[in-house]
Amino acid sequence: MTVTNDVNVTTAPRRRWSPNNFTWAALSFAGGIGLWWLATVGGLSELPSPWAVLTRMIELALDGQLWEDTFASLRRVMIGFVLGSVIAVPTGFLMGWYRVARAVIDPWVQFFRVIPPLAIIPLAIVTMGIDETPKIFVIFLAAFLSAVVSTYQGVVSVDKTYINAARVLGANDRVIFTQVIIPASTPFILVGFRIGLGSAWATVVAAELIAAQSGLGFRMQQAQLYYDLPTIFVSLVAIGILGLIMDRIVVWAEEWLTHWQERV
Amino acid sequence: MTTSKISFRNATKVFGAPDSGVTALKNLNLDIRDGEIVTVVGPSGCGKSTAMNMVAGLLDVTSGEVLVDGKPVLGPGPDRGVIFQQYALFPWLTVRQNVEFGLKLQGMDRAKRKERALHYLGLVGLASFSEAYPKTLSGGMKQRCAIARAYAVNPSVLLMDEPFGALDALTRVKLQDQLLDTWSKDKRTVMFITHDVDEAVYIAHRVIVLAARPGRLQEIVEVDLPFPRNDDVRLSPEFTEIRNRVWRAVYHRDAQAA
Repeated sequence: MTVTNDVNVTTAPRRRWSPNNFTWAALSFAGGIGLWWLATVGGLSELPSPWAVLTRMIELALDGQLWEDTFASLRRVMIGFVLGSVIAVPTGFLMGWYRVARAVIDPWVQFFRVIPPLAIIPLAIVTMGIDETPKIFVIFLAAFLSAVVSTYQGVVSVDKTYINAARVLGANDRVIFTQVIIPASTPFILVGFRIGLGSAWATVVAAELIAAQSGLGFRMQQAQLYYDLPTIFVSLVAIGILGLIMDRIVVWAEEWLTHWQERV
Repeated sequence: MTTSKISFRNATKVFGAPDSGVTALKNLNLDIRDGEIVTVVGPSGCGKSTAMNMVAGLLDVTSGEVLVDGKPVLGPGPDRGVIFQQYALFPWLTVRQNVEFGLKLQGMDRAKRKERALHYLGLVGLASFSEAYPKTLSGGMKQRCAIARAYAVNPSVLLMDEPFGALDALTRVKLQDQLLDTWSKDKRTVMFITHDVDEAVYIAHRVIVLAARPGRLQEIVEVDLPFPRNDDVRLSPEFTEIRNRVWRAVYHRDAQAA
């Protein structure tokens, strides 16, 4: 018997970043910069013109300061984010899998989650000194908290039918964990990474504004002292672009790792 | 009584506390023969899924016994394949990897696994979709893949919990024929839960009718129709007669006494 004619006709998978979307985004940015330029040449605002900002950006890039600052900020984000995520994923699995672990860890996570990471900075500086440690620590905390919550959510929301299906095929707990729970919760974990990276990036800039001798946030703070508006803009633009690039990388990783998912 | 494959002995299931809980199934006594197709019908709350899950080992009995091959069920095992209404295919695995899942757990080597998976995918007409992911399949194809996955581990019992319930009428009829076709090539004991009376009669040797609140045995209807079943059988007066009997047993318990 052949039954092959009820194939589901699906259209090509919709990409979130199709050329069409890209064109719109580019047009939107161009329009925004155009308005900015009009406002500055029309004397409506004291802001530096896009041209002045671009010139300063090239200057700072050529003398290497922009790269030094970028590197300093990125380094803090990456160390904090990687540490936070690496510890968060097993912790989240532990909380999702063992009821006791959940009962013990969850109150702490919920408690620290309602404190903005920045509010920890004064305490971190007093107890950890003024070098890199307190900054990395608050970034770690920001990344850890969002990844741990989403990993845990991912584990507890795994469809029970998957677990039953594996069990009746002869799977024990270890197999269910490694071959059902982990893949089924991957989409949740990646969402946690995305949110974690976003808050890590937000936290590093704020931390550098408060206490740092390098980094994009520090540079802005210095420029503020000298009323150096173009440099402030350069830092802002650099922060925005880097944040966008990092977010895109996580989205690509997500699409690659969870290509099997049905998307709406 | 000849050898029975599955036996319920006063099987009772109470959810919640034994005295105040809900009795899903009360004192069920039933024997299912080896190689027999038995369908279970009844209103919601009659405990038909509960009965099946007890055979699967996904639920334990509150009192009484459920035996498979004369031994009490202690938990799930690959000797009893289960097909769920929601397909339960692992979306992160391809069709073939899904079918290989149980084989891998048995420690079968790669080449043998693949061969066996392709054999069963061929049996359900999905050989050309072996490398596709479940998301690209229609509901009917997903369920056929689930059937192949259950068959592949070579269970002696197939437990099917409203497997075609989410499908349209046309696909359902097609899959019923295909299930019988697969069964005739590779005979297993089948316990099939459904709420569709036509489906229950068409594929079964016997239809078990359960009543609700508390779930209990209402009637057993012998389906004395020839195999292979086909449209001639489905449209025959004998089919209609049996179907009507089952219908009355399910929906009009009082009228039946008259």
